[in-house]
Amino acid sequence: MREFLIAVAVICALNIGLALLLMLAGAWISDIGDRVITINGTRQITVAGGRALLTALKEQQIFIPSACGGRGSCGLCKVAVLEGGGPLLPTETPWLTPEEQQDRIRLSCQLKVRRDLSIRIPEALFNVRQYQTEVAGIDDLTHDIKQVTLKLIDPPAIAFTAGQYVQIEVPPYTLTDEPVYRAYSIASDAAEPGRIELEIRYVPDGICTTYVHQHLKRGDRLTLNGPYGEFQLQPTDREIICIAGGSGMAPIRAILLEMARTRNPRPCRYFFGARAKRDLFLVGEMRRLEGAIPHFQFIPALSAPEPDDHWEGETGLITEVVGRHVADASQAEAYLCGSPLMIDACIKVLRDKGMAEGHVFYDKFA
Amino acid sequence: MEQLGFLTILFAAVFTNNILLTNYLGMCSFLGCSRELKTSLGLGAAVCFVTAATSVLNWLVYAFILVPLDLVYLRFIVFIVVIAAFVQLVEMIIERVSEPLYTALGIFLPLITVNCAILGVSLFMVIREYTFLQAFGYGLGSGVGWALAIVAMAGIRLRLAQRARIPRGLEGAGIALIIAGTMALAFMGFNGMVSVN
Repeated sequence: MREFLIAVAVICALNIGLALLLMLAGAWISDIGDRVITINGTRQITVAGGRALLTALKEQQIFIPSACGGRGSCGLCKVAVLEGGGPLLPTETPWLTPEEQQDRIRLSCQLKVRRDLSIRIPEALFNVRQYQTEVAGIDDLTHDIKQVTLKLIDPPAIAFTAGQYVQIEVPPYTLTDEPVYRAYSIASDAAEPGRIELEIRYVPDGICTTYVHQHLKRGDRLTLNGPYGEFQLQPTDREIICIAGGSGMAPIRAILLEMARTRNPRPCRYFFGARAKRDLFLVGEMRRLEGAIPHFQFIPALSAPEPDDHWEGETGLITEVVGRHVADASQAEAYLCGSPLMIDACIKVLRDKGMAEGHVFYDKFA
Repeated sequence: MEQLGFLTILFAAVFTNNILLTNYLGMCSFLGCSRELKTSLGLGAAVCFVTAATSVLNWLVYAFILVPLDLVYLRFIVFIVVIAAFVQLVEMIIERVSEPLYTALGIFLPLITVNCAILGVSLFMVIREYTFLQAFGYGLGSGVGWALAIVAMAGIRLRLAQRARIPRGLEGAGIALIIAGTMALAFMGFNGMVSVN
């Protein structure tokens, strides 16, 4: 008996001793003191050195978009590091094009703050905050798309532009061991900053969509950060062509709601693509918007209507429908939201109709 | 047994009793990291340092903790823990002192923890009842020997990649194992010069 106790005691003592040694060494060796980060040449913040740039900025309430939460697997958290970045790490190179490497773009989750840094980030990121929200409602829009209504708790309101997106934080559950972040466009009117709506389509085995569709309930808390994105209505007088598919409805809806509120007189057509009638949603609201926006037309199109859909509207791929309706796009502007495949096909059609490259704005699902 | 000197044991560990080529220990990283000369050099140097240092550390732990307390049967687990902690420490120090070296070694540094050659050195050293100085010589020699073997292997594989036409079924690990076997045969030529057993 005594032998066992001695053995256990020795192993424990050794492990604890080594762990303590490592902790002390870690605190002493890794503590390289405070470092100053200069942002955009104007703002200066002081952070504890030795940690990832992404984390250091997050603690200063500056949120860089990141879908993987800092594991270096999404390649979104790019930041231009002008000074003090050191050599490019092997974990960064797969995510950076030669041009980006030339421009000294780095992955902020991999780069550790060792020296004073000078970095450049879009000014808009200063407005990005973390928000605590409560789920005020989850409603079925179609068989696989849910509308999630979130009530802002802390801070109680979010200032955003129609077309922007937020990232929601999925807490650890059966499909994930660590928090993951996924981006969704805000579908509600920017004039109601106290509550936002998201349209989330179920993807089998998708970490976030499974969580939202099968686990999230009314009254649950949900953390999000944002707003992000440059996708928004441009201040011009051109005719507007909106094209969306599936949950790509979200940012377009936000833009349309704003146009209705401001009685925007620009002519606008909205092509919405779905497979069959069961994939169509918010048709009633779009018809109401046709009355509220001075010159607005909603054109839903089904690519594979079922016989009992009794569909009398447009049929065919969304690109074919757009091709039939738009004769000359040279004086128009386009806003696209959907899968990369759909967007690329639509851009091609619009270009054939004479639209300039710089007049196409899109929000691709990643 | 006749007492072997420090230099004799160092020489023996490098050539006649090369831990990799006579005991076939540390095979995993030997095969995995011998594609390029630069990485094999870096890894070889790191293994060399860790082997030398942990053989000394483990000798002290063994002689002053395990033997007096009659806990020799715990040596496996204790040695592994000491090696793991030491590698962590080395990693921290290298990260602080030399950023280029840290970047160059990258993932190989933590991988050393599970290099069985290092545990093998510590175990052989107690089985053969080395003195402190002998243990240090054996640790250092084994590290140098391992580094020598992996660098030689990397050189051969580079040449092979340039001009050899390897049968498809043998590409990668297959041909590497055959080369390792041939190298072991070559090192057998040193046998009989000195014996550490």
